[in-house]
Amino acid sequence: MAFAAFGSGGPGAAVDQAPRRRSWVALVLLLPGLAYLALFFLTPFVSLILTSLQTPVEFGDVGQFQQAFKIENYALVVQQYWPHFLRAFGYALAATFFALVISYPLAYFIGVKARPWPLIQALMLTLVIAPFFISFLLRTLAWKALMSDETPVVQALKALSIIPSDGHLTGTAFSVIFGLTYNFIPFMTLPLYTTLERLDTRYLEAGSDLYAAPATTFWRVTVPLSMPGVVSGTLLTFIPAAGDYINASASFLGSAQTQMVGNVIETNFLGLLDYPAASALSVLLMGIILLLVGLYVKRSGTEDLL
Amino acid sequence: MVGSAFAEAGADLELVGIHKRFPGFTAIEDLDLRIPAGSFFALLGPSGCGKTTTLRLVAGLEQPTSGRILIGGKDVTDVKSFKRPVNTVFQSYALFPHMSVLENVAFGLRRRGISDPVGKAHEALQLVELDHLAARRPQQLSGGQQQRVALARAVVNRPALLLLDEPLGALDLKLRRQMQLELKSIQDDVGLTFLHVTHDQEEAMTMADTVAVMNKGAIEQMGAPEELYELPRTAFVANFLGQSNLFTGPVISSKGESMVVDISGVKIEVPKDRSQRHNGEVTIGVRPEKLSVHSEAPAKAAGVNVLGPGRVTDVSFSGVSTQYLVAVPGLGPITVFSQNMVFGPIANLGAEVWVSWTVDHGFGLADDPGDAPRFASDTNTATIATQTRNELLAEIGEG
Amino acid sequence: MRFSLGKWLLPVYSALALIFLLIPIGYTFVFSFNNSLKSNVQWVGFTFDKWLHVCDAQGVCAAFGTSILVGIIATVIATALGTLMAIALVRYKFRARSAISLLLFLPMATPEVVLGAGLAAQFLSAGVPKGLVTIIIAHALFCLSFVVVTVKARVASLDPALEEAGRDLYGSPGQVFWRITFPLLLPGIIAAALLSFALSFDDFIITRFNNGGVETFPIFVYTAAARGVPAEANVVASAVFLLALIMVIVAQTTSAARRKRLAKLTL
Repeated sequence: MAFAAFGSGGPGAAVDQAPRRRSWVALVLLLPGLAYLALFFLTPFVSLILTSLQTPVEFGDVGQFQQAFKIENYALVVQQYWPHFLRAFGYALAATFFALVISYPLAYFIGVKARPWPLIQALMLTLVIAPFFISFLLRTLAWKALMSDETPVVQALKALSIIPSDGHLTGTAFSVIFGLTYNFIPFMTLPLYTTLERLDTRYLEAGSDLYAAPATTFWRVTVPLSMPGVVSGTLLTFIPAAGDYINASASFLGSAQTQMVGNVIETNFLGLLDYPAASALSVLLMGIILLLVGLYVKRSGTEDLL
Repeated sequence: MVGSAFAEAGADLELVGIHKRFPGFTAIEDLDLRIPAGSFFALLGPSGCGKTTTLRLVAGLEQPTSGRILIGGKDVTDVKSFKRPVNTVFQSYALFPHMSVLENVAFGLRRRGISDPVGKAHEALQLVELDHLAARRPQQLSGGQQQRVALARAVVNRPALLLLDEPLGALDLKLRRQMQLELKSIQDDVGLTFLHVTHDQEEAMTMADTVAVMNKGAIEQMGAPEELYELPRTAFVANFLGQSNLFTGPVISSKGESMVVDISGVKIEVPKDRSQRHNGEVTIGVRPEKLSVHSEAPAKAAGVNVLGPGRVTDVSFSGVSTQYLVAVPGLGPITVFSQNMVFGPIANLGAEVWVSWTVDHGFGLADDPGDAPRFASDTNTATIATQTRNELLAEIGEG
Repeated sequence: MRFSLGKWLLPVYSALALIFLLIPIGYTFVFSFNNSLKSNVQWVGFTFDKWLHVCDAQGVCAAFGTSILVGIIATVIATALGTLMAIALVRYKFRARSAISLLLFLPMATPEVVLGAGLAAQFLSAGVPKGLVTIIIAHALFCLSFVVVTVKARVASLDPALEEAGRDLYGSPGQVFWRITFPLLLPGIIAAALLSFALSFDDFIITRFNNGGVETFPIFVYTAAARGVPAEANVVASAVFLLALIMVIVAQTTSAARRKRLAKLTL
């Protein structure tokens, strides 16, 4: 059903169906959607940039700003919040790595090995997307409860001195990365599954026919052929993970020491009403992500993904 | 043109000076064509020759760059496809997957508001002997059954003109032969004008009253199947419609009924009334099945051409006949089809043989094989590469 | 028996990964039966009460209703706009096509916190009060791209010859669209709408920036998280989970049964 949304342009997408004809019809069809995007996606970006350059109204209330060209806002937020940026990208990178490690074998099993049993395939896929059906926040709270100090697992870890007796599992970098990994596994598994499911097993047979050991066939044939899935899966995991602030928030799996950029954007915007700082942070976050994604997509040679 | 009534009979179709250009290439170059009412007309050619584009122009699915299309004497060039008295049997059948077979057949009738669409749809399904499957979905039918539903869906509208776009291409050989005969008999029954597009020369010759051979956006030759086969006018037709042995050389005498052509020193006689040109360099040909193979030099006789001696370089058995390739010095390989009247080949590989044929079977072409190289199969890589390049050029030219 | 370990490694690993995915779901479900008072962290005792009297906890049902309302309206907007765009992008060739595809990709590549803050900044500078309307606008925005991607795949797999056949059989452009194109795209449109609703229903981050005082279900959970989420929230989440699971299983088994029936008939 909705898996197509995570695919990376199937073979059908490459076929141009129609010569150009009556482009005014296309315009009419596109116009409402384009207007919506212009009004609520592009203009907000402009607003964000403008707000990021605002300066407080003199003798005004908290949250009162006037338009200016205060570029120092950027320097200020970088100075104040650079650890949050490092944490955001570091945690997101780690979570993406772990999600890939967990998802690839799973997707490979569902998409390739389980092919003779469509019912098992369907069942496993349903289980992969099952977390989508239950509230994101409640799932994260469940992990918080399961990691709380009273649980047997944490008690055992303390008994084994893996964590100090006065230590906690929650509120650490570990629990935040754990939460991010858990929450974004389906986003990694589904695109991997869609490419692996299309993988023609005759290529694998050809590989072994040409004297490649199973491991060689895997690295030389399967992995390169599944690259589009790896790229879209890692993007779908990394981008939302880098901007997330639920997992790192103190009411969930984080603490004051694990705050990410998302948390400080939220605090500045909704708590401190420091809109220029929050906007400058948002613009920086978006800029860095676009840069990283652009470099990544270019390096992995899958520009057609866009 | 779309009344609530059916067409009384087939109408004639006329194409006048049709040009069709797509970004980057020309599909049809100045096409004139007249198809008389009630005939079964086949448009034959390799893929990319413009035959499908011609059909789409007639159906109204494409607009000609210039030229007029007339159906039953009325100009329909600017009439939208859904208002033309024309129906199509699509190559992939294009049966609506979300409707039953019956609803597929009744679709056109309902759109035109014709009374009793269901009854008429049942009648059409009876015609193709599929009424018992009326409630099924198209996906539940076999390829041959789908083909017949597509035919019923088109015929039920009694169009003045029925277009068939390679409708048998997806069927296996045996089923194709059977459907060819059925189509032909349905055409006899309903008396509509059929325009059939195909790349299968046997199909065109079996079914059509008139065949037009198309190449590079233009019609090379048009006529009854026997006529096209017996007297091809161009090298393309001679090789696309069956096979031919072609030779080129100067005419050295042209007296009386026949002319003599010098082919690398061998004199070959061709009837003048079977030749397009009577002087200068000409290309002449003869069909492989008209040739006889001899193991000894045949006696000179009037009215017989003899080539040889040559050597048999290949023998391949194909059931009804055996094909021999004979290399005659200075003439290149000559193909001979010989009926298998006896057990075993009449000449073995490497044997020295002579080849002969009755002068009456030769023909002379209007062009040279050099002008139109032997037809290349449309699945070879060069053709595909050319097509891809054209598409790319079209893309660039547009962006 | 050299491969016996390798043979079992992958299935066992996959099963463990799936169990890992299901742990918090199981936890949420089990704690919906907890006879807790306010906070639902300690296991007190088993009870059906929370399922029978869900709306007793203050705000749970109101928040749930708001989420449903927002989800439906945002889905209708996103599905309508997105379907039209998908058709245009597949069926027509024009200069700006790749630019528009990029524009549609961008919202998916933007972190939610940036989308949320951007819209909030926009509403702030335009003086639009935040509330139900701003939530719906925000939700329809991030659903739009997903709808386009989903429907595009369906349009691309639709044989253009079917529409040509419709025109050939005397269907006017409007009739061809409503009788052929639309019914054939419908499965894709429905999938897009379901995805869109699911995204909207579970969204927290963007909502948080644009909700004003309005409480959707995720906002309710977030606000409650500080002092303890009541077991009734677990009931709502578990009920939604079961409903969605049943829908997916029914859809999959019926489509599997249909495929089987088809295979039998065409033999």
